[in-house]
Amino acid sequence: MAEMLEIRWHGRGGQGAKTASQLLGEAAAGTGKYVQSFPEYGPERMGAPVTAFNRISDFPITLHCNIKSPRVVLVLDAGFSGKVDFTDGMPDDGLLIINTPKHPAEMRRELGLPPGKFRVFTVDASEISRQTIGRDIPNTPMMGAFAGVTKIIPLNDLIDDTRQKLEKKFRNKPEVIAGNLEAIARAAREVRGE
Amino acid sequence: MVVLAQAGRKVEVLTGNEAAALAMKQINPDVVAAYPITPATEIVQIFSAFEADGEVDTEFVPVESEHAAMSACIGAAAAGARAMTATSSQGLALMHEVLYIAAGLRLPIVMPEVNRALSAPLNIHCDHSDTMGSRDSGWIQLYAENAQEMYDNLFQAVRIAEHPDILLPVMVTMDGFIISHAQENVELVETEAVRRFIGEYRPRYPLLDTDHPVSIGALDLYDWYFEHRRGQAEAMYQAPRVIEEVGREYGRLTGRTYGLFEPFHLDEAERVIVVLGSTAGTAKYVVTELRARGEKVGLLKLRSFRPFPHAQLVQALAHVKAVAVLDRADSLAAFGGPLFSETRAACYDLEPRPLMVNYIYGLGGRDCDLDQLHKVYADLSAMLAKGKGEPVVQYLGLRE
Repeated sequence: MAEMLEIRWHGRGGQGAKTASQLLGEAAAGTGKYVQSFPEYGPERMGAPVTAFNRISDFPITLHCNIKSPRVVLVLDAGFSGKVDFTDGMPDDGLLIINTPKHPAEMRRELGLPPGKFRVFTVDASEISRQTIGRDIPNTPMMGAFAGVTKIIPLNDLIDDTRQKLEKKFRNKPEVIAGNLEAIARAAREVRGE
Repeated sequence: MVVLAQAGRKVEVLTGNEAAALAMKQINPDVVAAYPITPATEIVQIFSAFEADGEVDTEFVPVESEHAAMSACIGAAAAGARAMTATSSQGLALMHEVLYIAAGLRLPIVMPEVNRALSAPLNIHCDHSDTMGSRDSGWIQLYAENAQEMYDNLFQAVRIAEHPDILLPVMVTMDGFIISHAQENVELVETEAVRRFIGEYRPRYPLLDTDHPVSIGALDLYDWYFEHRRGQAEAMYQAPRVIEEVGREYGRLTGRTYGLFEPFHLDEAERVIVVLGSTAGTAKYVVTELRARGEKVGLLKLRSFRPFPHAQLVQALAHVKAVAVLDRADSLAAFGGPLFSETRAACYDLEPRPLMVNYIYGLGGRDCDLDQLHKVYADLSAMLAKGKGEPVVQYLGLRE
């Protein structure tokens, strides 16, 4: 069976987990991949924990069931640690990428993850977005961190694709484009493993 | 939405609802009358933006209910317009009375329908109870597996509905949320090509053609009603041929050929699942896994539930030893779900007759995962070993 990557996003309602999954899906499709992006539709409330999902593959994707064992989990808001099991269903070699200023080893302790199980990465996506975009929108830098860790989407392709999309949307705000692209590049560079 | 070129083809990442709205824009119907309902709301919401931005020539009528939406479409279609609406679940239920009128008046209305469970208990997620409830309304029903098929089916639906041998309304369905709200790669057709494919609509008996006045909706008692209903059935009997013709022509245009159903590893298969909608995609994955292990399994994904292509279906299943029909709707103590009843009845004359069992699954959006589908194929093996298909009807993925 052809290799297919399954991804789960954790965020707060209103924080943009669904948008993050859509952006990642579009970016991956922009590099020629087959993708799916879908949120979990439950009783949505602002601030409550929510999840969203991606499938990325080199071949057409026919699966239409839920994602239960994501190889990659991206956490937009580490504030839920202890309340939400970010690693639920993850295989032992799964990759956990968390938006936090903390070191991966510290997050591993905080989440109570046994040594050797999963690989933990951290990136301060909120701070990067504040510095580059001017607001706390961790979605874009988290895509950079994803590209940096997984190499599924070549970083240059991701940046090119995002530039093309933003150039259409923010024709009169070149600083927004530059800020977003820098956020992606910085997060890809600054994401830390253990 | 992202645009990219895959071997010169235009591909966008779209939800099923976005794909349906885009198809409607490309069809450019004369009239769209609609009322919002989750999870179909976005279709008309997006379409209304196209209308507001002047990207279509459509007369958009925001009505006060689904009953009114269908009534407005009936009026518009009788007047000679190409009319469309979209709905789901309770909305389709509220339309129920007028669905029959659209079909009985032979008005070729096309309607995207997003499959959703019926209340109560209140649920917004996918099952097929809504469209199964209107299966005898005289509408053609085409089920889509994914956003691509939803998009493709809508263009073909216009051609099928307006075909002079048919003149019946068509509902084109996709699974609520699973397809309607999930983004996937969708390969688009140029609008010019779409317009050429569907052609200009030439209504046969438009009310507005005052030089040739007609009466529509006259009283029709025991002297002629029966014959007129028989004529409607005749159109439905002709529909499989037209659906296949249109599907082949669409294939020449796009490379994506459609039929009454899609066989997947069906040749030489001994154990087969018959299913509608998005679950067929998940089942393809399971079939591929089991085939890699040398197991003789296959899949028949039904696209056209109305007309029910019984003769073609029986031919396709003639060599199969065991069939599991999966119903995403429960007829509550009928002998199995609606897809099962009809499939099993169609196969009654097969010699030898395959074992045929039914699974009711996925009600209210319950996830149909790989384990459930693996279980079905394993069950069929066990039944074949025993030589008996028991239990005939059971539930799949249910806590009991």
